[in-house]
Amino acid sequence: MQLLILVMLGGLVGIACLLMPPRAARVATVASGVISLGLAVSLIADVTHGPLRFGFLRADSLSVVFVLTAAFLYASAAVYAIGYVNRSAPAGYQRRFLFGLNIFGWAMICAPLVDGLALLWVAIEVTTVVSALMVAVDRTRAAAEAAWKYLLIASAGLGIGLFATIIIYHAGTTVYGLSYDLTLNQMIAAGGRLDSHAARLAFVLAVLGYGTKVGLAPVHTWLPDAHTEAPTPISAMLSGSLLAVSFYAVLRYVQITQLSVGAGFVHTVLIVFGLLSLFIAAFSLLVQRDLKRLLAYSSIEHMGLLCLGVGFGAPIALTGVLLHILAHAAAKGNAFFCAGVIMHKYGTKDIGSIRGGLDKLPWTGPLLVASVLALSAFPPFGLFRSEFMIIAGGLARSSVMVVAALLVLITIAFVGLIRATTSTMFVPARPGTPAAALPRSEPSAWMVVPIVVGSLALVVLGIHPPDQVMALLGQAVTEFGER
Amino acid sequence: MQVVAPSTVNGVASTIAVLVLLVEFGMLRAGLLRSQVRLYAAQSLIASLLAVFLGVVRHEPELLILAGLSIALKTVVVPLVVLRLVRQSGTATTGSGILKPAGAALVALAVAGFGFFAVGRSGLRVDGLSPTVLGSAVAIIAVAFVLMIIRNDVVSQAVGFFSLENGVSVASLVVAAGMPLILEVAFLFDLLVAVVVFGVLMRVHHEEQSTLSTAQLTDLRG
Repeated sequence: MQLLILVMLGGLVGIACLLMPPRAARVATVASGVISLGLAVSLIADVTHGPLRFGFLRADSLSVVFVLTAAFLYASAAVYAIGYVNRSAPAGYQRRFLFGLNIFGWAMICAPLVDGLALLWVAIEVTTVVSALMVAVDRTRAAAEAAWKYLLIASAGLGIGLFATIIIYHAGTTVYGLSYDLTLNQMIAAGGRLDSHAARLAFVLAVLGYGTKVGLAPVHTWLPDAHTEAPTPISAMLSGSLLAVSFYAVLRYVQITQLSVGAGFVHTVLIVFGLLSLFIAAFSLLVQRDLKRLLAYSSIEHMGLLCLGVGFGAPIALTGVLLHILAHAAAKGNAFFCAGVIMHKYGTKDIGSIRGGLDKLPWTGPLLVASVLALSAFPPFGLFRSEFMIIAGGLARSSVMVVAALLVLITIAFVGLIRATTSTMFVPARPGTPAAALPRSEPSAWMVVPIVVGSLALVVLGIHPPDQVMALLGQAVTEFGER
Repeated sequence: MQVVAPSTVNGVASTIAVLVLLVEFGMLRAGLLRSQVRLYAAQSLIASLLAVFLGVVRHEPELLILAGLSIALKTVVVPLVVLRLVRQSGTATTGSGILKPAGAALVALAVAGFGFFAVGRSGLRVDGLSPTVLGSAVAIIAVAFVLMIIRNDVVSQAVGFFSLENGVSVASLVVAAGMPLILEVAFLFDLLVAVVVFGVLMRVHHEEQSTLSTAQLTDLRG
């Protein structure tokens, strides 16, 4: 029953926001986000006894990891939006913004819960069109440009994803005949009996197609623009959750294809895409001058890391990947939320113009430093634990050269991230500059609360993840078939 | 080597698929936005005829329903929506693109040839239909990408994406003809949503840039 509520709540509240006064819409949005998160957490216990099914919905341990991610950022962005959306803005704009935020959160919760690869494609396409509209919601010239490029490139990628869906369907006709439902259970049960030629082709197309939305190089070019120009709560949801939900689609193809054609081919493809993404992101991070663009490239880096983690093919690495998805959502959400506060305070995203952040923003300054350290996998944050597990898996199962390349590239990425952070946070503003005249204050407590909660979640995931969460991840790895 | 004549079903299906591909080449050549959209409508109609034909010869009434929905959406609704936007914008011609027509045709021929080659090498086996139909579908997808890349106006780029979906539809008729109608309808509904969003963003683009051209979109570089 909670599955049904979960896949309806955000959508209904989103539609209701169009009809309510802005104040009521804000309250409804926060309530919907928090209730969705509560329902997602309650799914953890429910899926320990096996997958839940309800009509065309299905939840197993793997999908619940992604639902948790989506629901967490939906709730955080809903709270953050109270402080972010200017209350003196036209009521129509406020309603449209909250409608879009709810529908976007709802679409990302639904995607991992639909049963079958065809419906998964439909759900992910819905996340694309909704988020493209939200990228353009501020109606600036740059936002319109970013939204158009995003819609065109992501839709073209998903066109390839649709082709992958058709081909994997064809792969299953050797087992189920001409007409069947393409449900996950069917495809997993078919395993090695799928047409291996078709499964292999479908996998490559899926990595390329869905990989466009994941932000994997070389099909990542929409990502920095869209993340930079979107309103900050949407940037956080794009980076922390949308990329992960698209990665979920890739994981499902990995799960099915490795049963059919063996793990070697699958892992090689993922390692190639992972290394290429890490390489491009790491060196791009060194030259960024825009705070949000810096964080966008960091997302490409982390998506590359996830690909490598799966490509290593070790259970500990896959557990690390799933933990990484949860921790990255919290850390990247936090970093974008901090960037939004900084933009609000300084009126710019230009790294060269932002100085003395620790002094001017008593909460956000230290929280941004903590978020960047978390993204750089410093202890005691969750990403330290997850990257440690991924690297341990790589050393156990993969080439030392690949692991060495990974370590070098994430170190380069760290240099790019920390250089920008130290210059904006620790270097004081020069007297006479606009930054020097800013008062020491936070724009809104509503914008700080979700960052504090996200930071606590990161520390908990790093020091002692709840047993239920680790059990969920372990079960997901077992169901995934990694041995 | 024994040469076997194609069956009537194979011959008709291959001819229709190649026709869809030829219309894609026509879209690449079209200089007027209205012609571009009308060619897309024609292409969608021909692709739907393939569904009708296969539905009749394979006794699959679901394909006839799908063809009906597809004609209503892709031959009528989508072209009307896009033509309305073109009328409102007051722009008649497509963006000049980064390649001259002859160069574009050569590139398209090369990628289409690669599509046929890739299908031949993929090892995919489709009972009852020759690889020509699937090869044409992949070639349509590849040429649609060329259209989206070389044209620098929002209408041609959007139409390129819509025609890419036509290529996937042709492929679907060949390799996944038995796919449940509900899933096919979900794909079509999703296309409708995408069309609406493309329409909204084309309008936003026109309002911000006062043109349908994408040549000015150079502030953001990935």
